[in-house]
Amino acid sequence: MPAVSKGDGMRGLAVFISDIRNCKSKEAEIKRINKELANIRSKFKGDKALDGYSKKKYVCKLLFIFLLGHDIDFGHMEAVNLLSSNRYTEKQIGYLFISVLVNSNSELIRLINNAIKNDLASRNPTFMGLALHCIANVGSREMAEAFAGEIPKILVAGDTMDSVKQSAALCLLRLYRASPDLVPMGDWTSRVVHLLNDQHLGVVTAATSLITTLAQKNPEEFKTSVSLAVSRLSRIVTSASTDLQDYTYYFVPAPWLSVKLLRLLQCYPPPDPAVRGRLTECLETILNKAQEPPKSKKVQHSNAKNAVLFEAISLIIHHDSEPNLLVRACNQLGQFLQHRETNLRYLALESMCTLASSEFSHEAVKTHIDTVINALKTERDVSVRQRAVDLLYAMCDRSNAQQIVAEMLSYLETADYSIREEIVLKVAILAEKYAVDYTWYVDTILNLIRIAGDYVSEEVWYRVIQIVINRDDVQGYAAKTVFEALQAPACHENLVKVGGYILGEFGNLIAGDPRSSPLIQFDLLHSKFHLCSVPTRALLLSTYIKFVNLFPEVKTTIQDVLRSDSQLKNADVELQQRAVEYLRLSSVASTDILATVLEEMPPFPERESSILAKLKKKKGPSTVTDLEEAKRERSVDVNGAPEPAPASASAASTPSPSADLLGLGAAPPAPTGPPPSAGGLLVDVFSDSASAVAPLAPGSEDNFARFVCKNNGVLFENQLLQIGLKSEFRQNLGRMFIFYGNKTSTQFLNFTPTLICADDLQANLNLQTKPVDPTVDGGAQVQQVVNIECVSDFTEAPVLNIQFRYGGTFQNVSVKLPITLNKFFQPTEMASQDFFQRWKQLSNPQQEVQSIFKAKHPMDTEITKAKLLLGRSSDLGQHSLKKLILTLQTLWALASSTPKPPRLDACCVWSRICKLRCTGSRCAQARTLFPRGYVTYCRSSFNPMQAVGLCVLFPCVSATLGDHTAHSTMEHLSTCTSSLGPGRGWDTKGLLTGTTAGLPVQGGPGSMKSRQPVVQSTN
Amino acid sequence: MPLLVLPQIRFILIQNRAGKTRLAKWYMQFDDDEKQKLIEEVHAVVTVRDAKHTNFVEFRNFKIIYRRYAGLYFCICVDVSDNNLAYLEAIHNFVEVLNEYFHNVCELDLVFNFYKVYTVVDEMFLAGEIRETSQTKVLKQLLMLQSLE
Repeated sequence: MPAVSKGDGMRGLAVFISDIRNCKSKEAEIKRINKELANIRSKFKGDKALDGYSKKKYVCKLLFIFLLGHDIDFGHMEAVNLLSSNRYTEKQIGYLFISVLVNSNSELIRLINNAIKNDLASRNPTFMGLALHCIANVGSREMAEAFAGEIPKILVAGDTMDSVKQSAALCLLRLYRASPDLVPMGDWTSRVVHLLNDQHLGVVTAATSLITTLAQKNPEEFKTSVSLAVSRLSRIVTSASTDLQDYTYYFVPAPWLSVKLLRLLQCYPPPDPAVRGRLTECLETILNKAQEPPKSKKVQHSNAKNAVLFEAISLIIHHDSEPNLLVRACNQLGQFLQHRETNLRYLALESMCTLASSEFSHEAVKTHIDTVINALKTERDVSVRQRAVDLLYAMCDRSNAQQIVAEMLSYLETADYSIREEIVLKVAILAEKYAVDYTWYVDTILNLIRIAGDYVSEEVWYRVIQIVINRDDVQGYAAKTVFEALQAPACHENLVKVGGYILGEFGNLIAGDPRSSPLIQFDLLHSKFHLCSVPTRALLLSTYIKFVNLFPEVKTTIQDVLRSDSQLKNADVELQQRAVEYLRLSSVASTDILATVLEEMPPFPERESSILAKLKKKKGPSTVTDLEEAKRERSVDVNGAPEPAPASASAASTPSPSADLLGLGAAPPAPTGPPPSAGGLLVDVFSDSASAVAPLAPGSEDNFARFVCKNNGVLFENQLLQIGLKSEFRQNLGRMFIFYGNKTSTQFLNFTPTLICADDLQANLNLQTKPVDPTVDGGAQVQQVVNIECVSDFTEAPVLNIQFRYGGTFQNVSVKLPITLNKFFQPTEMASQDFFQRWKQLSNPQQEVQSIFKAKHPMDTEITKAKLLLGRSSDLGQHSLKKLILTLQTLWALASSTPKPPRLDACCVWSRICKLRCTGSRCAQARTLFPRGYVTYCRSSFNPMQAVGLCVLFPCVSATLGDHTAHSTMEHLSTCTSSLGPGRGWDTKGLLTGTTAGLPVQGGPGSMKSRQPVVQSTN
Repeated sequence: MPLLVLPQIRFILIQNRAGKTRLAKWYMQFDDDEKQKLIEEVHAVVTVRDAKHTNFVEFRNFKIIYRRYAGLYFCICVDVSDNNLAYLEAIHNFVEVLNEYFHNVCELDLVFNFYKVYTVVDEMFLAGEIRETSQTKVLKQLLMLQSLE
């Protein structure tokens, strides 16, 4: 019986450790340590050469001091000296010191490597073991360079001891992980695979880890491991519990090795029929054993047995091809759901979650719904309840959604704070995804806010508004329900937001009922006003102005509220400005104008639910188990960049199929029919005709689209390479700096970036550049300058192809270079007379171009316009709003250089912007961006009626414009509106005078501030 | 493919109830501050759990498989996709070896013989993988090494 006594061998060390343990205070400990350090230092410096034992003892003390958390700045040399000792104990302490205090001191590394080399060559298995463990623990690049060639030889040599083989296998694994380029595959690989047949199960255990890792990267090379692993596994699972002697653990034969073999098999698809039959037998045996009475009552026995069982189930799920096995697995897990061991219940819930995504076992999983719901209610460990929530989410479909959502909601009342937000997101997603009846959806979300308002993130309440606005069958119900919910004496602020928004849009639908008359609605909302935060109050102000339009009878009440000092002189700039603008708007505008400006919000474009995106971000993709998603994850991505998600696949319910009109983020449409002409130009610039170029890196389309409206940023990135861009354009010329960053620590060789222009692009776009240095050092960045000349208009973008060698492998990456026509657009200053003169000249039939093409989706003008407007910003976030505006500016630039139809679109877009402004974005940046839009729009507007619409809003913006601009814009407005004639009943002159007179109204503490963000700050 | 670049086991920790570290074995590069932070975090998540709870805790992007023996917590941090029960029993296997080797192991054995504990760990776990699972084989090897002193 091996037993060791306290610190035998090194009495001094034991005494020192005792001293430290007896220290009463931190100070005493530090004092004792300093004393010891001084002692050791003097011993190391002393004239007398230390013997091996003393050296070992002092080095070991230093190590102990280091492990207590103190810095050690000497003793490394003595530790290295110990490596060349002939005594095992001295060598061991030396290697331990080196492994724990890794030091990149190059002088020492050379000495260490030398000692390791000697030990590896010593043929003494103990010394070889120590050396290999040291390499495996340190695993530095220097060591890989020195020993990556040697270790495979040791591993496969016939005369190597088994224990050395074990260490060598894992040592090689460590080096391969750290520096795969330094461990080239070779003759040894096939011999390593055959270690799966080794007599010694310890060798097989170590080798299986190595093979699993290598097989992930080189599946072809290690394909033969599948049949070997299956036969090994088969021998283990069919063996009697005593056959494997040392490797039987509590009556379970080689449990860890079985787990490793099953994991190795998960690197591959289901094997050929012959092997597959044998594997299926193994898996059945494992499932059968789970049903047998236990051979021991000890938990170790059941744990070891179930470790193998769960891994077998993972493999069955991974293959996802044997319905029989899948259903058996599901039944087995079903039994575990009620097991008395918490661990097993937890693991069964977790494992079932993945089973729920298989089409073969989805129904079988659903039969356990009651048990899972019970787990949610009774489990003591929050992590188990969380798994139950995950499983309910995974097993949810149309048939059980109502029940599951109801259970989750009721659990939410008592749920742990740590998981509330996630449950809220899940409930919101399920309610939307499986809503047959949207009244149920609205009820669910309002309940959600009532129960866990604090955990309802913006995405959730934005989404309910998006859905209510898009579905007119639910609007009346939504208005009625929020109205009732708001009656509660204390309601959550998120409810006020939703209520404010919905009543502002659809309050009219319930105004017929005297119990919810306009005045009652207003009073109800306003009773919450003072308790709310600034953003909510801002939203409510927008609701009030919408009420002015919906209910003329409450206009004076609302004006009184807006006029009160608490609004008009509010210290908050946003609130003050809204009050001023809305008051002004309500007093100067006619009902017609109000109706136009404050019209109902247009439908939001359908796309992936922002909530789903949030949940994915929160939990990582693996926990959002959708059938498609599970499949998608499995596909291996060669370029290392994330796969672009299909535009709206598996997204939340999409009542009508529609595409994002701008097509900025969408996959390129298949090239169809003739090239679209000017009529479709707006769309053309953004669409891709990728068919003509080499295969592009995944994700590059997305990146490309992001560069349409910006000039700098990261164009491409994978595990090896990052490509950054900086570009500037002036008139027809441009210059682009491309930065290639080597993210690895290894040199790129033969690095050659090439610019490829398709044939017709060559004539229109002139690109000039110099070749770059063919080697890029690890961690270094090289720069390439491209001079660009736009000769004529073009649609396709050039492609940047990069080829280089990394380690032993050839890399080839293609990305589209974001040089688009809009980069060369120029604004033109033009007086209105000149403009109209020119406009009127465009009357020849050949100056108007029209082309007819088949739309891919049903079209509706209003929806189209709305999409243009809200194409990328329906979640109303600051960032996306800014992006929207930038996009619109580009559109505008396009519009001013093209004939009628696109321009009309852009005009429409701008007027929509005004509206967005009115309906409650709290985006401050937007405020600084709008005036420029107004001005541009007003100056060249050809539709007097729209110009009039702007007149009304003019006072709101004029405050943020410079005097000169305001004046010229006003003049132009005057020209436009005068052409309306008396029939429209507009006293334009009076209106405009009123506008100027209105300017000084902005008093109060915020007024200076509100003048400051002027037009220039567009970027 | 997280398995490729990362070891299965990120680290092994043995801590007592007061949070004193009795063994820390790292299989990934962390700097010293990060190690200290990890040690404290692990202690915080593990010690609040009671016996009715599972032996698994989600931890950052990993999970901790742990088991308590008297006043000592043995924790193994692995990838979330790893086999919980296999590592739970790997801990027990390790503890049984320590118990045999130190003849009824107690916390003080680990303190005074810290340099030997590293040897035991290296025999059973290497490069973040399970190296040897046979108690007989490990103990035979340890006994042989002991005789070399």
